[in-house]
Amino acid sequence: MLIAIAIVLLVIGSVLFHFMSPWWFTPIASNWGGIDNTIEITFWVAGFVFIAINLFMAYCIYKFGYNKNRRAIYEPENKKLEIWLTGITAVGVAALLTPGLFVWADFVNVPEDAHEVEVVGQQWQWSFRYPGADGLLGAADASNITPDNPFGMVPDDPNGQDDLLVSSKEMHLPLDRPVKLLLRSKDVLHNYTVAQFRVKMDMVPGSVSYMWLTPTREGTYDILCEELCGIGHFVMRGKVVVEDEESYSNWLDSQMTYAQLNAQAAGNPQIGQALYAVCSACHGANGEGNDALNAPNLTGLEPWYIKRQINYYKTGVRGGADDVVGMAMAPMAAILADDAAINNVAAYIDTLPDVSSPTTVAGDVEVGRALYEPVCGICHSEEGAGIWAVNAPALAGMSDSYLVRQLQNFKSGVRGAHQDDEYGFQMTSMVSALRDDEAINDVVSYINTLR
Amino acid sequence: MTYIPIADQPNELHDPHTFISKYVWSQDHKVIAIQYGSTAIFVGLIALVLSALMRLQLGYPDTFSFIDPADYYQFVTMHGMIMVIYLLTALFLGGFGNYLIPLQIGARDMVFPYLNMLSYWFYLLSVIILLASFFVPGGPTGAGWTLYPPQAILRGTPGADMGIMLMLASLAVFVVAFTMGGLNYVTTVLQARTNGMTLMRMPLSVWGIFVATILGLFAFPALFVSAIMMTFDKLLGTSFFMPAIQSLGETLNTAGGSPVLFQHLFWFFGHPEVYIVALPAFGLVSDVLSCHARKNIFGYRLMVWAIIIIGALSFIVWAHHMYVSGMNPYFGFFFAFTTLIIAVPTAIKVYNWVLTLWEGNIRLTVPMLFAIGFIFTFIHGGLTGIFLGNVTVDLPLSDTYFVVAHFHMVMGVSPVLVLYAALYHWYPKITGKMFNVTLGKIHFWATFLGTYAIYLPMHYLGFLGVPRRYYAMGNTDFIPDSAQALNANITQAAIFVGIMQLVFIFNVIWSLKYGKKSDPNPWDATSLEWQTPDNPPVHGNWGEKLPVVYRWAYEYSVPGAKDDFVPQSIAPEDVEMLEGEGKYVDRSEEH
Repeated sequence: MLIAIAIVLLVIGSVLFHFMSPWWFTPIASNWGGIDNTIEITFWVAGFVFIAINLFMAYCIYKFGYNKNRRAIYEPENKKLEIWLTGITAVGVAALLTPGLFVWADFVNVPEDAHEVEVVGQQWQWSFRYPGADGLLGAADASNITPDNPFGMVPDDPNGQDDLLVSSKEMHLPLDRPVKLLLRSKDVLHNYTVAQFRVKMDMVPGSVSYMWLTPTREGTYDILCEELCGIGHFVMRGKVVVEDEESYSNWLDSQMTYAQLNAQAAGNPQIGQALYAVCSACHGANGEGNDALNAPNLTGLEPWYIKRQINYYKTGVRGGADDVVGMAMAPMAAILADDAAINNVAAYIDTLPDVSSPTTVAGDVEVGRALYEPVCGICHSEEGAGIWAVNAPALAGMSDSYLVRQLQNFKSGVRGAHQDDEYGFQMTSMVSALRDDEAINDVVSYINTLR
Repeated sequence: MTYIPIADQPNELHDPHTFISKYVWSQDHKVIAIQYGSTAIFVGLIALVLSALMRLQLGYPDTFSFIDPADYYQFVTMHGMIMVIYLLTALFLGGFGNYLIPLQIGARDMVFPYLNMLSYWFYLLSVIILLASFFVPGGPTGAGWTLYPPQAILRGTPGADMGIMLMLASLAVFVVAFTMGGLNYVTTVLQARTNGMTLMRMPLSVWGIFVATILGLFAFPALFVSAIMMTFDKLLGTSFFMPAIQSLGETLNTAGGSPVLFQHLFWFFGHPEVYIVALPAFGLVSDVLSCHARKNIFGYRLMVWAIIIIGALSFIVWAHHMYVSGMNPYFGFFFAFTTLIIAVPTAIKVYNWVLTLWEGNIRLTVPMLFAIGFIFTFIHGGLTGIFLGNVTVDLPLSDTYFVVAHFHMVMGVSPVLVLYAALYHWYPKITGKMFNVTLGKIHFWATFLGTYAIYLPMHYLGFLGVPRRYYAMGNTDFIPDSAQALNANITQAAIFVGIMQLVFIFNVIWSLKYGKKSDPNPWDATSLEWQTPDNPPVHGNWGEKLPVVYRWAYEYSVPGAKDDFVPQSIAPEDVEMLEGEGKYVDRSEEH
């Protein structure tokens, strides 16, 4: 008896939950309203069946409870009823399926006027490639990937020279223009999902998958990876900016082509040495750092990391008002006038012999190891040497007080929360695995052993 | 030599005499069933704890220092794998298959008792290898229970060295165990039925287990070969599933393989696997419902055909798990079509269960409550399957919490409710004792309502677009704080349900010692296992003479009969009738 009431209440509760739930589809931002319509049809049919069968069952339980003076009816089968039920179900299922298949037919047939954009996935970052003026994407292959050619471009393919290479978590798309996204992965399976677009597709290493859509609403939307791709899966985030044609073409114009990137001069350490004179006041003549001045050791850091961080200080991504220590660096970075100057300084720092900073942090090394090896060590490498491919800097030999401060900054959002911090946001999520200051000390004291 | 059916051959069982041969190296299907069952429940409890840990992280991120991202992915992976393979498959087939097949078809044992014994020990070995992976450097694999390469065997995934190797080895051994058991079940059903037990008189439990076993024998080889191939990719440097790729900045020496090939192999096993679990559940629940409703199962023949049709169709729907895998999207038409066809026989089963209640005489016993709970959760999980099977609707929902909620309703909660229904239903037969009814009811209400509180809201996080397999949501614009609050509520419900399962464990153990002695047939059931001369049945099951079967297993509430059930093994002339009702007539096969 109670169970009959419970079923009725669960049915009512489910329906109420459905209509009152604040958790519902995001407002759509693409042409795939047909998907939403199909879902709506499915909801009505499924909802009707759910309510009808359950209420019927509750009624049976209520009506035909046990009575020792009564007998159940004896009816092995009822062909007519069974045929009817089968027929009605088949019709209902067909009604559910058919509209969906029409939408799917749209999805698999890409409109001929769709422009192409390539999305590249890797553990655990996004990058994007736009065909240049020729409208064609050049050939690319994972086997060509090197630190200087992260997209794996085939160097002598003429179609690829004007390709715009966007090594950033942010892509842009023009409003109301159909786009075919070519999906490529460098390493493992990934998945390109933008909830507001409704459609998604896996990215499979070794082949190029695709999907198409027409963005219909301006805005900035999250790109999520939705195919488990390793320990950093949950920090593989990007943004897609949908904007009008003018803003879009301005943005495209600001991107570098493959040929331009190749033509960039390498940093000149001789010129960099002169510029470094300013830096040496705090970071030391040999880049060894100075804990008293909160200036970290720079030796051992790769040029790509130094360049990015100086740029961040210049543009206010790092060293903002809440970064009490880092704000001292902002005016210093501003002294470096342009990218060439930054390049030269980074090239000079690269020539400085690696030295290790003195250790000052005390923590439980074994606890630190258990935290470092399975998590931090994946990107920063087991030896703490850093890995260029995942944009993870070297840690071994760094000033440990600096490491502690940065982990705290990531945790509090002083660092990494800025929207233009391309990779720092990953640390803000990863560092949540270090639950308190003690854990931070433990992991840094383990890093101190990696030298 | 003339052929003598097994049922007519003389009883040549050699009774075991020592403790070891009776309870450890036992060849008695009932002992093996209990060995299978208790091992499965034991690993199931481990998987339950893993799910609680995983839920703690999701509900309360930034809180528990013992759950880092690597741990989390390992918990998720091992929870899924253990529940699907080592609990559900093993308990339904190794447990109930072993216990019920010989008893319900009137055989003395399995046809190959020695092989049957080996099957259990290989299963135990696979469990030990699986659990060993928790103690190797790097821990168990965290590749997700689907173990998709390349990431499953590459650095960047927890347990990508020893963990995944042990996982694959364990699966391979499990398949060996399953094959030994499975060949036995099929042969026994086909060869060892007693006189009068035609196929169309078998209880649906046997039908479900029988067809599920056939599915397993066809499906598990696909898992077996993919495990071997992945092992080769890892150890020997082959490239079955490995194209030319990078791994964390290094160019690997692989080329030409296809990660999607693995997915096809995996799901060619994985989808039938759903029905390897579901079909025995369908069968068992049919028998429980019919018995406690005191009414024949409605539409028995259609129920049998539905089991067979579902089983056959389950081999041509696998790629509906891969709509967004990057395979040729045109496949979507075919697989959406076949997938939705399966909805028809499945719906028929639901109708017939509910129609079995119609004008029944329903006893709301503990097993019956679980069976009714199953119908509710299965309707829910089946209907959300129609969302995901329809390729278009799958696009926004794939890889979100909706998927997690769906498969837990349909493949987690529903089969588990049937397992409980079955465990309570057959407990008096297996142990000879009656369980504690009050504890059973507490267990039912906590489990039934608690699991719904977990999974109903989870679907709505999926509509919102919350992705599954995320250690932490971080800063995601479209996900409001209320989603995190809801996740905390879901965790509370999950922990509650988890703890309440201890009530069941306690009940099973307590009743074993202190439970009231049960009648041989406490539910007044018709099928053969309730008619054994001893309770619980002893080695050889039937004493001197095998039972003879005269009718189907659903002869309840026959008009005019004295009792409201007529066992399968009572001769028509021995059926007692009410005064003035004339002679008993079997009407069940009038068609």
